[in-house]
Amino acid sequence: MGIEARQARQPWILLSPALTAVTLLLFVPLAFIVVYSFWLRTATGADQAGFYLDNWREALGDAFYRDILLSTLRIAAITTVVCALVGYPAAYFIARSRGNKAILLLLLMLPFWISYIIRTMSWINILGVSGALNWLLQTIGFVDEPVQMLYNETTVILGLVHFLLPFMILNVYVALEGIDVSLEDAACSLGSTRWQAFREVTLPLSLPGLAAGGLLCFVLSAGTYITPLVLGGPRDAMFANLVFEAVITQLNWPLGSALSLMLLAILGSLVLIYNHFLGMGQLMKGLG
Amino acid sequence: MSAVNLSNIVKRFGAVTAVHRMSMEIPDGSFVTLLGPSGCGKTTTLRMIAGLLDPSEGDITIRGKRVNDVPIHKRNLGLVFQNYALFPHKTVAENVAFGLKYRDVSRADMDKKVKSALDLVQLPQVGSRYPRELSGGQQQRIALARAIVIEPDVLLLDEPLSALDANLREDMRVELKRIQHQIGVTTVFVTHDQSEALAMSDRLVVMSNGRVEQVGTPEDVYNTPASEFVARFLGTSNILDARCTGLDQTTARLAVAGIGDVEVPREKTPHLDGEGAAKFVLRAEKLIVVAGDAPTDERVSLEGVVEAVDYQGQAARYFLRSGDVRFQAINMIDERPFGEGQTVSLRFRPRDCAALPEKTR
Repeated sequence: MGIEARQARQPWILLSPALTAVTLLLFVPLAFIVVYSFWLRTATGADQAGFYLDNWREALGDAFYRDILLSTLRIAAITTVVCALVGYPAAYFIARSRGNKAILLLLLMLPFWISYIIRTMSWINILGVSGALNWLLQTIGFVDEPVQMLYNETTVILGLVHFLLPFMILNVYVALEGIDVSLEDAACSLGSTRWQAFREVTLPLSLPGLAAGGLLCFVLSAGTYITPLVLGGPRDAMFANLVFEAVITQLNWPLGSALSLMLLAILGSLVLIYNHFLGMGQLMKGLG
Repeated sequence: MSAVNLSNIVKRFGAVTAVHRMSMEIPDGSFVTLLGPSGCGKTTTLRMIAGLLDPSEGDITIRGKRVNDVPIHKRNLGLVFQNYALFPHKTVAENVAFGLKYRDVSRADMDKKVKSALDLVQLPQVGSRYPRELSGGQQQRIALARAIVIEPDVLLLDEPLSALDANLREDMRVELKRIQHQIGVTTVFVTHDQSEALAMSDRLVVMSNGRVEQVGTPEDVYNTPASEFVARFLGTSNILDARCTGLDQTTARLAVAGIGDVEVPREKTPHLDGEGAAKFVLRAEKLIVVAGDAPTDERVSLEGVVEAVDYQGQAARYFLRSGDVRFQAINMIDERPFGEGQTVSLRFRPRDCAALPEKTR
């Protein structure tokens, strides 16, 4: 075989293990879900194979699903904005710090060593009726009775921000790291204040990182079901909770499939829009 | 009035002192170069003038006004960086216009000024392009245009040519000097490249270890170095131990190790202040190698042997030995260079030499 032919084949040889895994573990199950979504669950509880549009009609037509979808997107949007507002200054601080950058980044990674579920549940120990904050409020005499602070939309958002902030910080940090520090100095020498230099130069140049972090935060929070389950009340269910409910509780796999494909379509189109304008490269930089 | 004045500037970073009590006056309209090896404090000094660093002690005045507490954006300086620091998300015209936005300039004037700045750097066509679409040399010109369009009181250049390749660097050197002449802006140039410094400056400030070693015109500094450091840093010199045995109005008499008595004109030894231990400086290009049997002339003559030859095309660098003393000579090649092991005669004129006191400080 010629050397060029061998070189042309090489990428495929190197990619084949990953491609096999992705195909078997992602695309094949996804195809099953697509097929499932057209099946019908009969009154007896058995699934009837075939091509029925009933699940889709229910998922797309029922106002209940639509309302929860809208509130899911709203919670995801609020979480993303909060992450951006809190994460950007932190990322800027890390990117501009001199000696202890490695330690700060390590601290940022530290939460990933603990399970996301444990981290979410830790809020119960802080905000719960017998939690740390209530103990403090009672000890200083601010309140007489413990206050119920948990199980509402705010605590869901709090939990999501807690979970997703490192993703935002890392993405913005990577973007800021790629910006030459002398650009701000140059802007200042030309007459702009530090703040104007930031707005004119650093901020626009870091937007791709902010967008990548925002996309990750939005997609991950819109798809979560653990946080609302642990920290939300009965009325704070998010869309993924409906899928969970349909599949695990009601054992209605066809409806669950249709619902999950709906969420996938919405979040997937967001990713496609992002990819169209900014490309996947920035996202990969932030994850690497 | 001097454009920039530094008096007793000290800069400390923690326990390290980067600049030791430096005083310097930069005349209006002059081109002053801070020259020295890396770590000598030249860039630190520039950044203090720019307002990117605060001096630990001392005062900086620009056009007679103390600026220690004036932030960088109010100093009206043009700053050009080694890596150009162009804004990648703005077009060339937007880059050049950047500083004008913060000044009282009308829209129409702004366009006019940008255009004339681009004309000045001979890139009138590139206004709508982005920096990444330009070559390194073009980017450097745009960085220069951006810095001068605001009509700065002082232009500060931080190794602006060192990222360019050799040929381009020499072209840009001429270009930069032309532009500086044309607009007459006071310029402080930082470099570690002696040929840049010698070619471009009205005045050279040679620095080492945070101290000023010598200030003078390029010729002064080259021909009559004030210290052994300067003699070694600029060009190639033979520096020999000597003893000054007599000093009068016109000549300094030196007993030079390996050579003997040499009478050097007084104007070549301005830093010598009395009899005693000294250093004798003989530039490598002032030491002429001739054939061993050449007739004697008015020059001082030493017998020597060629130990090695470094052929450089138009010139050759000879490593020579005369008795126990090693010399270097850089001579233009006339016909063929001398070969290794050849016995030759080394000639020099005492008035081409210089002498330094043993300890400069």
